This record gives sequence, structure tokens and C-alpha cells, in this order.
Amino acid sequence: MGYLIETRNITKRFGGLVAVDNVSLGVNAGEVVAVLGDNGAGKSTLIKMISGVYPSDEGKIFFNGQEADINSPMDALAIGIETIYQDLALAENLNVYSNIFLGREKTKKFMGFVPVLDHDYMHEEASKVLKKLDINIPSLRNNVRTLSGGQRQAVAISRSIYWNAKVLIMDEPTAALGVAQQKQVLDLVNTLKDHGIAVILISHQMHDVFEVADRIVVMRRGEKVGDLVKAETSTEEVVNLIVGSEMVK
Amino acid sequence: MNSSLALSIERSKTLRVVAKNWAFFFLLFFLILFSITGRGFLSVMNFQNIVHLSVIAILMASAETFVIITSGIDLSIGFVMGLSSVTAGKIIQILYNSGNHSAGFSIFIGISIALVLSLIPGIISGIMIAKYKVPPFIATLGMWGITNGIALKISNGFPVAELPDSLTKIGNGYTLYYKPGGGFSFFGLPEGVGNEHIRDYIRLIPNSFLFLAIVLFILYFLLKKTKFGQHTYAIGGNEDAAIRSGINVKKHLIIIYTLSSFIAGIAGIFNIFQTGIGNFTPFGAMYELFAVAAVVIGGASLMGGKGGILASVVGVLLIAVLENGLLISGVEPFYRFIAVGLLLILAIVIDELFPDLF
Repeated sequence: MGYLIETRNITKRFGGLVAVDNVSLGVNAGEVVAVLGDNGAGKSTLIKMISGVYPSDEGKIFFNGQEADINSPMDALAIGIETIYQDLALAENLNVYSNIFLGREKTKKFMGFVPVLDHDYMHEEASKVLKKLDINIPSLRNNVRTLSGGQRQAVAISRSIYWNAKVLIMDEPTAALGVAQQKQVLDLVNTLKDHGIAVILISHQMHDVFEVADRIVVMRRGEKVGDLVKAETSTEEVVNLIVGSEMVK
Repeated sequence: MNSSLALSIERSKTLRVVAKNWAFFFLLFFLILFSITGRGFLSVMNFQNIVHLSVIAILMASAETFVIITSGIDLSIGFVMGLSSVTAGKIIQILYNSGNHSAGFSIFIGISIALVLSLIPGIISGIMIAKYKVPPFIATLGMWGITNGIALKISNGFPVAELPDSLTKIGNGYTLYYKPGGGFSFFGLPEGVGNEHIRDYIRLIPNSFLFLAIVLFILYFLLKKTKFGQHTYAIGGNEDAAIRSGINVKKHLIIIYTLSSFIAGIAGIFNIFQTGIGNFTPFGAMYELFAVAAVVIGGASLMGGKGGILASVVGVLLIAVLENGLLISGVEPFYRFIAVGLLLILAIVIDELFPDLF
């Protein structure tokens, strides 16, 4: 079975520093792969190449078995690779459905020729996608400012799903959340898995990773040092790979 | 701030409405107060006067509303208005007094050129702000000086006079003239009735209202109903999010400053119609600062992301009613500045207390 998204030997250099060195990584549809590593291990640079923020210096990215030419975030979005950043990129002064449609608002014709926002359509579509993902938000007309951190995360994810994300990259999704909200987000990741989305999860929280990931990729100093199936590994092994104590032994 | 008072107000539905629209309720309060304290305050003519004299300020505040929602500021609008007014005045003066052109044609050409010209300061500030990351305060301060200088140069420091009478006939005219038992007419006294009889007629709906209403409706529609308006709010709320969701933020900001400048140009045209002469903006007029004050009193925040045309109109009217009411009630006029200052502080305190309301 071919991977939905795959990098083959990609490398990124910043001057003399090799931030990502010859990394190959594949994720199947409906699979959650966690990328772990210490600060500066190259996790962020790796996902930024997949999401089009940085062009890679060497190596190729394949989407659905075909080579994908990703040179900008727009290229990545166009083929269905969406990234949820830590800051979520939501306009807090706008309501839920406006955020889901931000930049791609649906309009209708007023008096036959003036395009105006079609609030009803956007509201309805937004509630459909939230329902599909089992997300419960009291009113979609509430400003995002009034939502909890977990709900905001859910809004950001629903936006990606609504716009046909096939691959979802999540950067530290639970970092700033309370315990109950972390649970909500992890449940949501499981729902995404059921919908056949390929999820790449970057996290520092070992607990999250072991709760939702199918596979765990460990990076150290730009290199991939481990690609483990969750069921066959342990926290200890992963920590050892992250800090590099295997090598010391 | 989560004081128990603020919390209990947020829980009550009625109080929420009052807190959210406090400026409007303040306006109502002052209308009632001055109706009691000021002789002649409560009359249709006085109310029409208040709005007629606020037309320029309302346009200025509308221009500033768009800019402030994107978390910017436009300091140049006062002088752009003056530039527009003297440019239109100068062109009308030359064409009309050459004897070769009718008043209507001269006015049309003068207005058209002035309006096109008023786009330029906004385009320049917009490009500086969007492309070269110059802070809006500085970019528009540059235009503040430049437009003022050009306006003074064009007018030689004197108002541009000797313009057709039809300007003020339109600008200070009314839509409806009505004499109880003596009939009515639109846009002027009935045929054959001399100007000396004008006091016999009840004059309703100044023409300036009509034009203002059209401009305001378009601006309101643009901000509240269109993609353009939605993106304006989004940029003010989270510029980064706007960029990442594919909105062309640079282009949008250039359009916003151009629009602001253009509305100031329209204000200059209103000005020439109301006064019958092309006026440069006096140095101490501070139109732009009163506009900022009105917009903030109306509920916008300089941090961006909120505000609205109608809210800003309420802000202007609140200041105007205070000014008019204090005057009619016999209070010395300099209290106006104190009143505006107090209102501003109140606006910010309310905004701080109830961040979730807006």
C-alpha cells in the first residue's frame, strides 16, 4: 500500500546548518504519525517543507504516489495538505462560521448583481462539518474570542476538513490547553482518523503521543533516528531515542 | 477584568444591550437632558442643524472607521478634505469665470477632478504602509503635511471665492419646503415666492442629509455585507490569520487607505457645497482627531477588529449634541473639549470592562 503523503530523502540547509538531513517519512490515510524530538531536532523544518513554507533543498515529496511540486503554502493547500499552527490563525473578532470560511467566503447576489455574504449558507455548512466531527459549540454566531482553547482548536481543524484536507499537520495542538480540553482535541484526532485523514502530529507531550499515534517518528539533530510502531514500543525507548542515550551506550 | 459588577452585567440580557450600546443610550440621555435645560433645543430645526453641521465630521469618522478597524490610523483626512475643497473651488472658479462654461458644467468638472485627486494621498500612504511597513501614524502624518501644503499653495492661503451661487443653493437647500395651508414644493421655494418669505416655510430634510444618507448607506453596506468588509475586520482581528487564509492583505490595506482618502475628498465636496467657497483646512481644526475620538466613542478599538459606520455616526452625534446642548444651555463652549475627553475615557473603560461584549 502506498503512502498518502511521503517524503523521500528530503534535506534542508540553512547556511552551514543542516536542519533536516535526508529524511524519509510516510503517512497512510487514516493514520496518525507523531513526530517527536528535542528543540532544534528539525521537526518544525520538516513539516514546514511538507506544508510549503520552506522549499526543500534535496529530495522529493509524494502525494498519493505522485510527485508533488510544493513551493508555497498555497500549493500545499491546493492538494489538500493543511497545517494547524499553534496560534491557530483564527480571527478572534469573527464568529465561528466566518472563520471557517475566512478568505473563501460564500456570496450571493443582492438585487441581482451586488455580491454579498451568504451568512445562512455559511452557517449551515459550518454546522454540518462540526456535526460530522462530533464537535459541540453552542452557537456558531459567537465570536471565537468567547470560545475555550479546545473549541478554538476544533474550529481550526473543522476549517481544514471543510476545505477538503487530506493531510493534516498539527503543531503542538495540546500545548496551551487544560486537561479536559486536551482530551477533547485528542478525541477529535481519533475522529479525523476514522474519516481517513492522514495526521502528522508534532508534540512534546509523550502522553498525547501514546494516546493517539499509530506510529512514532523520532528526530535528532536533523536526522530521523527512529520510526516505531506504537504498539511495539515504550515511553522509555522513545525518550532514549530523543535524548540520544542509545548512542552513548 | 472580572469584577463581580462586570460579570453580573454580562449575565443580564437587558444590561448587556445597554452596555454594548452605551453611546447610543448616552445620546438619548443627553437629548432628553438638554430638552429640559436648553430653550429651543428640542426643535426639528435645531436637530436638523446639528446633523447639517455634523455632516463633515460624520464623513471623516466613516473614513477613519475603515482604517481603525484594520488597526491603523489616518491622520491626513482633515487636510485631504481641504485639498479636495480648494482644488474643486479653483477649477470651478477658473472655468465658471472664463464665461465659456455653465455653472453646472464647471461644478461637475471641478468635483470630478478633486475626487480623483483625493485618491492619491491614500494610495501613497497605503503603499508605504502595506509594502514598506511604515507605521500608519508616520505614513499618514507625511500626507498630513504634504496635502496641507499643497492646499495652501493652490489657494494662496485664502479661501477660493467667486463661485456660482448654485453651490450653496444645493448645499444648504432642503428637500421639502412646506407652508401650513400654503402648499409645498421640493428642492426649493415654490415658483414666484421670494427668498424673503423663506421663514414662512417649514424646511425639512436638508439636501446634505440626502447625500450623506446615500454615502453612508454605501459605506455601511460595504463594511457589513460584503467580502471586502469581512476581510477588513479579519485583518484587524488577526492579520496573520488573514494572510494565511489567502487574503491579499497588502492590496486590501492599500484600498483601505485609498478609500479613507476618497471619503475625505467627498467631505471636501460637501464642504464646498455648504459654504460656497473652496476652504483649505485650518491648522487647528483637528478633524482627524475628532474623527478618531468619535470612532472610539462609537465602540471601535485602536487595536483593530471592531467598530462600525453606524456606531461611529452615533459617536459623532454624541459629541455634536453635547456641543450644541451645552451651548444652548448657556455653558461656556470650552467645556466641549472636557466633555469629549471624558467620553473618550468612559469609552475605553467600558471597553476594558466588557471585552466579550463587542
